[in-house]
Amino acid sequence: MASPSEVEVFNHALSGIGVDENSLVSILVKSHDEHKKSIRKGCSQLFFEDERQFERWNQTAIKSLKAEFKRFKDVVLLSLMHPWERDARLLNKALKKGPQQYNIIVEIACTRSSDQLLGARKAYHSLFDQSIEEHLASHVKGSERKLLVALVSAYRYEGSKVKEDTAKSEAKALLNAIKDGDKKKVMENDEVVRILTTRSKPHLKEVYQQYKKISGKTIIEDLEVVLLLKETVECLCTPQAYFTRVFDAALRDNANEDAKKALTRLVATQEDEEIKEVAAKFQDKIEERVKGAYKDVLVGVLAKEET
Amino acid sequence: MATLKVPSHVPSPSEDAEQLQKAFSGWGTNEQLIIDILAHRNAAQRNSIRKAYHEAYGEDLLKCLEKELTRDFERIVLLFTMDPAERDAYLAKEATKNSSIHLVLMEIACARSSYALLDVKKAYHARYKKSLEEDVAHHTSGDYRKLLVPLVSTFRYEGEESDMSLAKSEAKILHEKISDKQYGDEELIRILTTRSKAQLNATLSHYNNSFGSPINKDLKADPSDQFLKLLRSAIKCLTTSEKYFEKVLRQALGKSGTDEWALTRVVATRAEVDMVRIKEAYQRRNSVPLDKAIAGDTSGDYEKMLLALIGAGDV
Repeated sequence: MASPSEVEVFNHALSGIGVDENSLVSILVKSHDEHKKSIRKGCSQLFFEDERQFERWNQTAIKSLKAEFKRFKDVVLLSLMHPWERDARLLNKALKKGPQQYNIIVEIACTRSSDQLLGARKAYHSLFDQSIEEHLASHVKGSERKLLVALVSAYRYEGSKVKEDTAKSEAKALLNAIKDGDKKKVMENDEVVRILTTRSKPHLKEVYQQYKKISGKTIIEDLEVVLLLKETVECLCTPQAYFTRVFDAALRDNANEDAKKALTRLVATQEDEEIKEVAAKFQDKIEERVKGAYKDVLVGVLAKEET
Repeated sequence: MATLKVPSHVPSPSEDAEQLQKAFSGWGTNEQLIIDILAHRNAAQRNSIRKAYHEAYGEDLLKCLEKELTRDFERIVLLFTMDPAERDAYLAKEATKNSSIHLVLMEIACARSSYALLDVKKAYHARYKKSLEEDVAHHTSGDYRKLLVPLVSTFRYEGEESDMSLAKSEAKILHEKISDKQYGDEELIRILTTRSKAQLNATLSHYNNSFGSPINKDLKADPSDQFLKLLRSAIKCLTTSEKYFEKVLRQALGKSGTDEWALTRVVATRAEVDMVRIKEAYQRRNSVPLDKAIAGDTSGDYEKMLLALIGAGDV
């Protein structure tokens, strides 16, 4: 007979993000028929009583367990990949999945350095025999097309030189476009796209500041429901806020699969210091919600260097 | 194929640098010596000479050339001596400020390889502390911006493969938009600015076969429309660049005076790329060899430099 605590351990090992391989092993090796039966009877989330008197696996539980077991494999493959291949594959997958995942395209296009993004575009040629621009442009039909294609095509200047006057006038142009009305139209507005997809990041951070001065609110607040544009601005101007949101959504109690997948993506992008800064704030949540080998990788990779 | 003629035994960069210094020193300038050296060295060699010159004399060779030379001769020597990526960045910068030469931006975007275009963008960052895309976007508007920004931003796939069914469907789209006179249409621009050159060739071939005339003929609806001219030129540059450059030269050397700006640009930028094919196209079209046409229309050191670069006259 399995003790209540063993049932608890079993339940615990399979809830959350990743799986606690060690606990599972220790339970299984000393299990015999009666033992396993009481585990099945004790874990109502995972098993239920079939009308023909046997305990069955819950089909949805199997599905989510598949995802949890897969997480370690994914983090291994993604982490070992050359960053260019990694980003090209992530972009391709997001493109194919459709509008629900376009935020990933924004994330990659906006959080990578100019040369990293360029590298991803080269890898895309190798892996998919076409350019990301042509694939994206022919695939995306809606109002997001202009923005997304321009974002992945960007090769931004990376120097710190910023012209305050230009930043001021561009903040004004953004404000006018946003205040003008139809939120959907903002995403297709020529000036909005030009500014966000061609200007350097230091310049855009200045534009962000100038905007706050003239609007009283931040661009992100004013953009309200135009999600993709919000994410674009966040990733370009306040990446820490973006990563915080991603971690928060992934480590929440009822996080969905897409939100959890984001963790793997962030782990694989380990070279980013900003991600590590944000991860430090989520140490407790990670401790509580993430399990097993996957957790070891997560914690190990995102730990800040001992200074 | 390049027309640039480099001697089989090339002096060392420091020897060349020393000769150039001699060409500048004293009264006047020894232009022939400058041509003899700079018009007969490839890009890598010219870069080494500039480096050697700087090491030996503490000055940038380009600055010296600027000081010593004048007018058309100065421009062609300067342009040609520059590293190709740097040269294109320089020409692009000029073009962003002057809307009448937007054509030059299109040339750089369409008649360079994908990797060469990347090098131009890097050189642009280094030289102008801005990205080429942001300057082009900032200085253009409407349909011109819609076309030119994606043209300079794109990193076209360079494979030889083409998809026939895609060629068919995209030829249809192009034909539809052109028939409706929707020249700035998103789909039209998408196809022209993102597809690989191989794919575009397949698509345009299909266009010709399916609709009975080449796309550029259909784009001639309004001869005075500058945007249509840009579209037609872009298509030509992407598919048969030697024909495009032949036309630029033909117009530059036309009856009503000489357009030295265009002549200099084409010769300086194509001498190491495909000037052989351009010369052939010129001869075919005009029944007169390019060297003769240039000799007839230009003079002095400028003429000598041009002829040297296109592999004519005495080496």
